[in-house]
Amino acid sequence: MRSRRALVALLTPPMLWLVVAYLGALAVIFATAFWTTDPFTNLVVRTFTLENFRELLTPTYLGIIGRTLLIAVLVTVLCILIAVPFAFFMARVAPRRLRALLLAAILVPLWASYLVKAYAWRTMLQPGGVLDSAFGATPGYGFAAVVLTLTYLWLPYMILPVYAAFERLPESHLEASADLGGRPGATFRRVVVPSLLPAIAAGSVFTFSLSLGDYIAVQIVGGKLQVLGTTVLQNITLDLPLAAALGTVSVLIMVVYLLAVRRTGALENL
Amino acid sequence: MKENGVRTSHKSLTGVVAVVAALALAGCGSTAGGGGGSSAAPGGMQVPALKALDKLGTPEGEVNVLAWPGYVENGSNDPKVDWVTDFEKSSGCKVNIKTFGTSDEAVQLMRTGQYDVVSASGDATLRLIAAGDVEPVNTSLITNYPDIFDALKMKPWNSVNGVAYGIPHGRGANLLMYRTDLVKPAPDSWSAVFDQAGAQKGKVTAYDSPIYIADAALYLMATKPDLKIKNPYALDDTQLAAAVDLLKAQKANVGEYWSDYLKEIQAFKNGTSTVGTTWQVIANLAKGEKAPVEAFLPKEGATGWSDTWMVGAKSQHKTCAYKLIDHLVSPKVNAQIAEYFGEAPGNRKACAETVDKNHCATFHAEDEAYFSKVHYWTTPIATCLDGRTDVKCTDYATWSKAWTEIRNS
Repeated sequence: MRSRRALVALLTPPMLWLVVAYLGALAVIFATAFWTTDPFTNLVVRTFTLENFRELLTPTYLGIIGRTLLIAVLVTVLCILIAVPFAFFMARVAPRRLRALLLAAILVPLWASYLVKAYAWRTMLQPGGVLDSAFGATPGYGFAAVVLTLTYLWLPYMILPVYAAFERLPESHLEASADLGGRPGATFRRVVVPSLLPAIAAGSVFTFSLSLGDYIAVQIVGGKLQVLGTTVLQNITLDLPLAAALGTVSVLIMVVYLLAVRRTGALENL
Repeated sequence: MKENGVRTSHKSLTGVVAVVAALALAGCGSTAGGGGGSSAAPGGMQVPALKALDKLGTPEGEVNVLAWPGYVENGSNDPKVDWVTDFEKSSGCKVNIKTFGTSDEAVQLMRTGQYDVVSASGDATLRLIAAGDVEPVNTSLITNYPDIFDALKMKPWNSVNGVAYGIPHGRGANLLMYRTDLVKPAPDSWSAVFDQAGAQKGKVTAYDSPIYIADAALYLMATKPDLKIKNPYALDDTQLAAAVDLLKAQKANVGEYWSDYLKEIQAFKNGTSTVGTTWQVIANLAKGEKAPVEAFLPKEGATGWSDTWMVGAKSQHKTCAYKLIDHLVSPKVNAQIAEYFGEAPGNRKACAETVDKNHCATFHAEDEAYFSKVHYWTTPIATCLDGRTDVKCTDYATWSKAWTEIRNS
């Protein structure tokens, strides 16, 4: 009996936090999406309507959702393309000393403020900035700048799980593959990739969801680009129910994504 | 067995979630529509019955103010620009400042109930009044009120049914700013950001708020007389569509939109923006950072603002709020703000206190003919503000939808 009471005491605060702050907030957002606003004061009026969701199906909002998804996918793919060779080098090739140094190099930027890094990219991307003077061209503020900046910002979240997976991959598996006549390519495809997949999926949960919800970097380097986050921000002052409906969209996308990732078994890897 | 246990806990968890969610929703519901009696104002506006403060009490120790950038400066942006520190010492009210970039943001922040004082433009004031976020002010408690220009008192944007809801602060026009080294010849018209915007392709900037539609309407008022726009805030469907088309065409040449004034300063400084709408204070700050820019009033006239200090209905610091407002509209401080922000002061006696003795003349403080060309920000409503009764005008909700559409075109 006593141990049961202790368990309840132990679990109640975190459960309350989870339910009230997390799920409660989600529930309120979802409920708000069915309300409407007073056209003059912009106050939320509590009459039931599906108008907000119907509006989401207009080309304007479908365009925003599609664009945001594209950014999230591109950022995730770029992060994978950079992270896999990098993590491989770190875990398998680099001497122990260099490995620690590289790990530090990846972790240190995480200590710097997000805003500082985004503004640094704003400065680097401007005409006459670092990119311009080094490569003779800059993509300017816009879609490419956003993908570039977000890839930079979220890369560590992809490298770390992939690096851990490489570390865990037993040397004997690779040797076995080689002994059985597998060329490096085949070994990579049939031994390395399958054991990396859960780690990549885990990393992609971060890169994908963070890109999906980002609106600050987009405002700083995005120029006139509109994504889900900035549209929510724009509407939150004027049309809270519509903003809530837009918020629901990103929640839905994430739920679908997480279910898909769960099938790969990656969530046990987090 | 284990599987079973997990499943049960899942079930009870769902139950708990449902209960908590229901409670949260019920909690929201009970706060709805609190204000009991309300009275009708012209245009069918319902105003909650709130009372102004009777008399000042003892200062509460602090006051939270929501202001346009440049209105309430305590030296943290520029040590030489400070009219708050002395007030804090003499009044015993610590001033906590929060700035905002658009009227919509101001309305949203004021609605949290955490702010005691707000500098509201005409497109925010009536929304705040109608929602019961601000209360009437007792003008007899503001010692400087008699010195405020009569042309600013008891206007449709700061009073309802003869009740004052705020203290006029100052007014001015939105200007056109350009890089003197990159935009040649020097523009004299808003066409620089509309019909001629292609000359600065990718370097045009515009204000990121639905109210910017009025800037397009104002330009059409001058260039497309057959649209018969009389007031840029009274647009019927056809007129709005024309303004939206103009803004969509403009968007092809826009590099970025701004609502954060610091971002606009930086964009002009590094040349990512070369021409676009601005406020005088932004031009001054950009020049201070050695950016070669100039800002002026184009020949078509401009949209502008007439700002009002208002007191939050839920304020816990009303004595400090009144004291701060009185301080901000006092001749000396009002003059400092007017010069720093670049606007016409609200206090008549401020004109004698400006460092530049021509300031009031430059900003047309007493020139009503000039301000008849400046269309103060106003919230568009379905009842046409230009007096037309044969047609319904587009309201601000329609404008904000149109703005989202423009931004995503």
